[in-house]
Amino acid sequence: MTPTTTLRKTPLLLIPLLALALAAAAAPGDLLAAGELDAIKASGKIRVAVFSDKPPFGFVDENGLNQGYDVYLAHRLAQDLLGDPSKVEFVLVEAASRIEVLQADKADLVLANFTLTSERAQQVDFAKPYMKVALGVASPESAPITDLAQLVGKTLIVNKGTTADSFFTEKHPEVKLLKFDQNTEAFNALRDGRGVGLAHDNTLLFAWTRENRGFVTGIDLLGDLDVIAPAVKKGNRELLDWVNAEIASLTGEGFFQKDYDETLKPVYGDSVDPKSVLLTPEELEKY
Amino acid sequence: MLDSALSIFVAGRNLARLWEGLEITLWISLASVGLSIAFGVPFGLVMASGRRFWPKILRLYLEAVRVVPVLVLLFLFYYTLSSAFSVNLSAYVVSVLVFTIWGAAEMSDLVRASVTSLPAHQRESGRALGLTGRQVDLYVVVPQAVRRLLPGVINLTTRMIKTTPFVFFINIPDLMKVGQQIVEVAGMRNHLASVWVYGFIFLVYFAICYPVSLFSRHLEGRWQS
Repeated sequence: MTPTTTLRKTPLLLIPLLALALAAAAAPGDLLAAGELDAIKASGKIRVAVFSDKPPFGFVDENGLNQGYDVYLAHRLAQDLLGDPSKVEFVLVEAASRIEVLQADKADLVLANFTLTSERAQQVDFAKPYMKVALGVASPESAPITDLAQLVGKTLIVNKGTTADSFFTEKHPEVKLLKFDQNTEAFNALRDGRGVGLAHDNTLLFAWTRENRGFVTGIDLLGDLDVIAPAVKKGNRELLDWVNAEIASLTGEGFFQKDYDETLKPVYGDSVDPKSVLLTPEELEKY
Repeated sequence: MLDSALSIFVAGRNLARLWEGLEITLWISLASVGLSIAFGVPFGLVMASGRRFWPKILRLYLEAVRVVPVLVLLFLFYYTLSSAFSVNLSAYVVSVLVFTIWGAAEMSDLVRASVTSLPAHQRESGRALGLTGRQVDLYVVVPQAVRRLLPGVINLTTRMIKTTPFVFFINIPDLMKVGQQIVEVAGMRNHLASVWVYGFIFLVYFAICYPVSLFSRHLEGRWQS
């Protein structure tokens, strides 16, 4: 990242300023210990990291309220843990800071369309999954990308730190990547023709191409079928076990179908079969 | 066409949300600029003092801060400090702290430059007229140094205001982030949403930064006479 010498010098010199900040930083909610269940119950709210700009999974609506598939689940978890669906404190994250919010104890749980990968699993603990996903590539209708071979030597737009980013970086270095931190920027870049296509989770692309005329999801199943799962801080066994039990029982009672109907169906319409997104209790056994 | 733009801003609490985002942007900017001046001026005077030890230390601080991107500092103080040393600062404290660390460093260099750039004969002439060292500082050096300092300070201020959108990487919904949230939701139906919302945000930043430069031009003009 940056030269280590700089980083080593900086803190020493900043001690006076740091002391000042520490004195000012008596924010009570921030000083909680790791998200052990009792600590969460004692604090009266669960801190859940969600996206604020990725409809229909996690976004803020025009009234300033958090909405979406992940948010719907967060409210249910709060209901089951604390007896009140409103006892959630939403921490708004970017894709690139989802691991850091857990490691730095800024949130108890991440529900931010977080795809389970082996690299990430070394840094955080994933619970049982609540969604299935694969990669897709969206492109203009006039010049559709329907095969990976079309991408050789071309520029493809991806979001930094997403599965699409690591998939192409590792397995297809012959494709040039143009990386963005935010979805908004990435999709705008596709509209502006700054790349021949945009790779992202297929569900998100289905939603986007349905709303944006002139674009198609030319490749809808790329790489392995992945799953999206809640994540907790590494070693937070107690919360992990509780979330696992919750996911199992919620899948059994058909909660996620309800979640799908409320949040995803209005966006996907009939273009997506819910079975390709939701896990059955049998499928869940494997995780 | 204008209808489609208006409908974005009047939908729900969108306008109020943009205002709340603007308040956060302004609050962080004002606090950081104020603290940067408060720390930067004494730091700069020390650097210009010609002493042996402290100017070197401050020089090191300035160079160290200048080469690190603000974003790295934000991550360092918000995430790394917390996961490595369990120092859990609130995002707002971190943002003002980081912008002050950066601003005070830049400010100190501006002050140093404006003081040391005064020709030595100014000081010597003052002494020759029988003024004491303190009187020379107060009546000869400071008035001239402040004039030389002003353009740089204004430049730094607007730069700091324009850098505040980085705070959404540590989860603060500033004006820019709120705009993005609105674009994402409205953009599902209205693909011009980004043009309208970012256009609006451009105007807001202009409305904040332009009066600052106007004010500095006014002061420069008045001091010239």
